Amino acid sequence: MMIELENVTGGYGHRTIIEGIDLLVAEGETVAILGVNTAGKTTLIRAISGALPHQKGHIRFEGRDISDDPPHARVSSGLACVPEGRHIFPQMSVVENLMVGAYHRRSSALDEDLEAAFTLFPRLKERRRQMAGTLSGGEQQMVSFCRAMMARPKLLLMDEPSHGLAPMMVEEVHSAINDVNSRGIAVLLVEQNVSSALRVASRGYVLDHGRITLEGTAGELADDPFVKKTYLGI
Amino acid sequence: MTPLVQAILDGLLVGGVYGVVAVGLSLVFGVLGIVNFAQAEFLMLGMYVAWFAWSFLGLDPMLGAVLALAAGFMLGYVIQRLLVQRVMSSDHVAQIFLTVGLLAVMENGALMIFGPDFRSVQTDAQMISYRLGPFFISAVYLKAFVAAVAISVALWALLNRTWLGRAIRATAQDAPAAQLFGINTRWIYGIAFGLGAALTAFGGGIVLSFAPAYPTIGANYVVLMFTVVVLGGLGSVMGALLGGLLVGIVQSASTLVLPIQLQNLALFVIFIAVLALRPEGLLGKAAK
Repeated sequence: MMIELENVTGGYGHRTIIEGIDLLVAEGETVAILGVNTAGKTTLIRAISGALPHQKGHIRFEGRDISDDPPHARVSSGLACVPEGRHIFPQMSVVENLMVGAYHRRSSALDEDLEAAFTLFPRLKERRRQMAGTLSGGEQQMVSFCRAMMARPKLLLMDEPSHGLAPMMVEEVHSAINDVNSRGIAVLLVEQNVSSALRVASRGYVLDHGRITLEGTAGELADDPFVKKTYLGI
Repeated sequence: MTPLVQAILDGLLVGGVYGVVAVGLSLVFGVLGIVNFAQAEFLMLGMYVAWFAWSFLGLDPMLGAVLALAAGFMLGYVIQRLLVQRVMSSDHVAQIFLTVGLLAVMENGALMIFGPDFRSVQTDAQMISYRLGPFFISAVYLKAFVAAVAISVALWALLNRTWLGRAIRATAQDAPAAQLFGINTRWIYGIAFGLGAALTAFGGGIVLSFAPAYPTIGANYVVLMFTVVVLGGLGSVMGALLGGLLVGIVQSASTLVLPIQLQNLALFVIFIAVLALRPEGLLGKAAK
């Protein structure tokens, strides 16, 4: 198992946002977490990345309990994150942003990975020396995505990667996810855009008021009457 | 024309030193978001380190400045980890209390340990002046300027060409994101505070080559440092260096038309004018 959450509870101070979460992602699998805006999706992602340590339960990565690891240690285990709102470094060039992604392993095979990123998004190559803060939203999302890939993750966490992007960019992001998957990297995807999330993921969990209320394969979820009514508007 | 060019030349040389002294303050604010009111005390400390190095080891203040750099770094790192880290996410009042308290402790500690005497160095360079056509360049100020430029280039290279430098800038720009990519931001805060203290202490070492050390000298520099840093754009490293040059030139050129006691008047007039036209400072945060 790539990652395993057992009875995870977390939130801000005394305010519990997510409660009793059990969740699995297998090697090379793409799993979607669905839910409305306040369901606790981002809190869940932050608990896994370590940005907001959870309060109860266990998170195991490749069988090892990483619950007490600070976020900067989790990346070396093979966990990388495309955070909500992109969080690129605005006053660093595109290349420097990508290099920070490779910080935990420093110099090894940097050029090779940069070349791979530029092959995936040729637009970034044109703008490699440009300050990332001056890029368009879609380009910043590419930077955020490639930065995470530079960490050479085994599991990629993506929090609303298509949020605020033009439909054409959403397509590009999702084809990038497929590309990641074809390289055997597992993806845990948080999306508000449920129909497109169910197209790229093989399984999904529905999060409601901080609890998992439904889980199943993408096909099962897409056919579920509750999901249809609540998220797909059918 | 000749006196003006001479004044600008003098100002440029001393302004480079102002830049180095102030850049530490800017770096600390840029990375930690803390305004360190005790920053000028590292200048005082650097001067004493360089003075003892000169007095007991016979080292030139420029070499003493290198020792001051090391001492400033170590003390700054320890102070951040033991004290400043505790107020990193507190409100500004707690941060001000801490750094102002630090100022009082360092200043009075120096008074207790070193006594109130003025301590200065005598070097050969103080007697030498170079002639360049109609202009004179004092060897002490030239050496000080060269040292300032050298350390600035080294700082630039560290921030832009090394993994540590990238980690420092990433932490300054978005600490939570930096953490997600394996940067131990707490450690970086210690390093950045140490580096800021080191640069100011290095500046103190070179200041000693032309001015005496005494326990309260920090008070003479603190307003100047804040002026330089705000002029250049708080948090901007290149801005602080540029601001230092500007302050040096304004101070020096103003003596042509104003009595020397009023040289800071001209400085503050320019200061207010710059802030009125560019409230974010000359370089803003662009060069962070």
